[in-house]
Amino acid sequence: MSKVLMKGNEAIGAAAIKAGCKAFFGYPITPQNEIPEYMSREMAKSGGVFVQAESELAAINMVYGAAGAGVRAMTSSSSPGIALKQEGITYIAGAELPCVIVDVSRGGPGLGSIQPSQGDYFIATRGGGNGDYRHIALAPASIQEAVDLVVEAFDIADYYRNPVFVLADGMIGQMMEPVEFKETTPREIPEKNWATEGTKGKRKPNIINSLSLDPALLEDHNIKLDKKYQEMVANEVRVEVFNMKGAEVVLSAYGTTARVAKNAIELLAAEGIKAGLIRPITLWPFPHQAFREIPETAKAILTVEMSMGQMVDDVRIANEGRLPVHFYGRSGGMCPEPQAIVDKVKEILGGVK
Amino acid sequence: METRIFEKTNGLTDKQFHYCPGCTHGIIHRLVAEVLEELDITGETIGIAPVGCSVLAYDYFNCDMQEAAHGRAPAVATGIKRVRPDNVVFTYQGDGDLAAIGTGEIVHVAHRAEKITTIFVNNAIYGMTGGQMAPTTLIGQKSTTSPYGRSEADTGKPLRVCEMLATIDGAVFVERVSVHDVPNIRKAKKAIKKAFEVQLRGDGFAIVEVLSTCPTNWGMTPVDSLVWLKENLVPYYPLGNFRTTEEGK
Repeated sequence: MSKVLMKGNEAIGAAAIKAGCKAFFGYPITPQNEIPEYMSREMAKSGGVFVQAESELAAINMVYGAAGAGVRAMTSSSSPGIALKQEGITYIAGAELPCVIVDVSRGGPGLGSIQPSQGDYFIATRGGGNGDYRHIALAPASIQEAVDLVVEAFDIADYYRNPVFVLADGMIGQMMEPVEFKETTPREIPEKNWATEGTKGKRKPNIINSLSLDPALLEDHNIKLDKKYQEMVANEVRVEVFNMKGAEVVLSAYGTTARVAKNAIELLAAEGIKAGLIRPITLWPFPHQAFREIPETAKAILTVEMSMGQMVDDVRIANEGRLPVHFYGRSGGMCPEPQAIVDKVKEILGGVK
Repeated sequence: METRIFEKTNGLTDKQFHYCPGCTHGIIHRLVAEVLEELDITGETIGIAPVGCSVLAYDYFNCDMQEAAHGRAPAVATGIKRVRPDNVVFTYQGDGDLAAIGTGEIVHVAHRAEKITTIFVNNAIYGMTGGQMAPTTLIGQKSTTSPYGRSEADTGKPLRVCEMLATIDGAVFVERVSVHDVPNIRKAKKAIKKAFEVQLRGDGFAIVEVLSTCPTNWGMTPVDSLVWLKENLVPYYPLGNFRTTEEGK
């Protein structure tokens, strides 16, 4: 399999098409514009449709329609546009529709900045829409990983009849790396006999809906949804555990920040300090088990994020009170530097040399 | 020997309507369903229900249905029609859904000439939520959020949707009808049929605005409501065709 040098945004688009995405609805927003631009060039070639919607809100509702009609559909945006999509996402989850939503995140809150940031962790893991729902949140740390996860995301979405959230940051969207599009084994997915394709006079109407005026029925529905989510928790956790043997300090980071953390680990090793890394690849479900398996040698956890501290909440939960949890972050679109992480680790371990 | 001269259309399910006595949704649902049956497209049709009194339309039409978020039905319809162009796709929306929260979406399906059909039920008030002011509420008309009567100085003049959409090239069929008496009901059905035929030919976006009553929130009897519609809504919202295709003439 040959490798191709691709920009992250374009690779994400190519991965979606490879996965059989047949409908893309999006809207321009920096730093993900290459995704709709790529899709506008490429979708028709594989029999798919592309619409630049009038807003991110319209785009997610187009995804709802296409997904309800039984077709693999996707949208992409960046943080302010992702905020707009929250209404559509809760409807999609409530109506049990599959789809993929890609967030190439940037600085916030509000209009924010156009540089990479990780301020959408709460949206990705808690959901910004109303009601009890969850979506698997995948966080690639390289373009290759973004491609692999996006391809799988469509299978995951169809398997669970649920939206899947892919959280890349602006760095991954904009940088270029060699990537190969591997052959994968698809999941076994049941036929979409619930989709609205027209009754053809042969069956009762299919109804795609999230409304229930009977609270008892809605409770049953919520319990049904929760069973799906528990299955995801049991089966879909992905995590990378790096350099953990004998680690004195455990770093926790995801996406671009995890790459910076790995640089910091190298620098620390050169100074004789053993640091390990827990890199969640699914932000939800969160890899609690990896934190239970932290070796006895560890004295503290340092969470590093491009935010004011969002994943650190989940780290504290996963830690279950065992170790002190520290935080180091940059926000507004600023990226942490390896040396700053090194200095913070030394501070935690007692005294900057 | 008996001759059946009228029967309930198979475009409707057997579910009993929840609408208020005298609500014109009953008439309009029937007209749409009869058109689907007469054009023999019920099996190909996917309808989108709004948020409003007719949110439960997904239980009443005998075709695949999707429930949309408030105002978003045209966007949902776009998603469906783009991936299933051989299906017939229609939205059924009230005046809050289409003329308030959904103005962006309705303008852009007209703008993009999406090949869908919209049935716009305009009764100048918000029914489901208990009678608040709508963009189409008349000056001086009382509602629960315009308790002293709608004031032009405060909220401007009512919105004329057909006139507005008719300025957009992609809206190839734009007609306003009413259901306040039998001759108008007949005309309404003709317009609805033409609006679906526009979609079958793939000409572009078609919309029929149907002036309707809301006896409950207008605080009138069903019969008085029909009179009030004729005397107050029709003069402000003129009936007739604003745009049509050659075939629709």
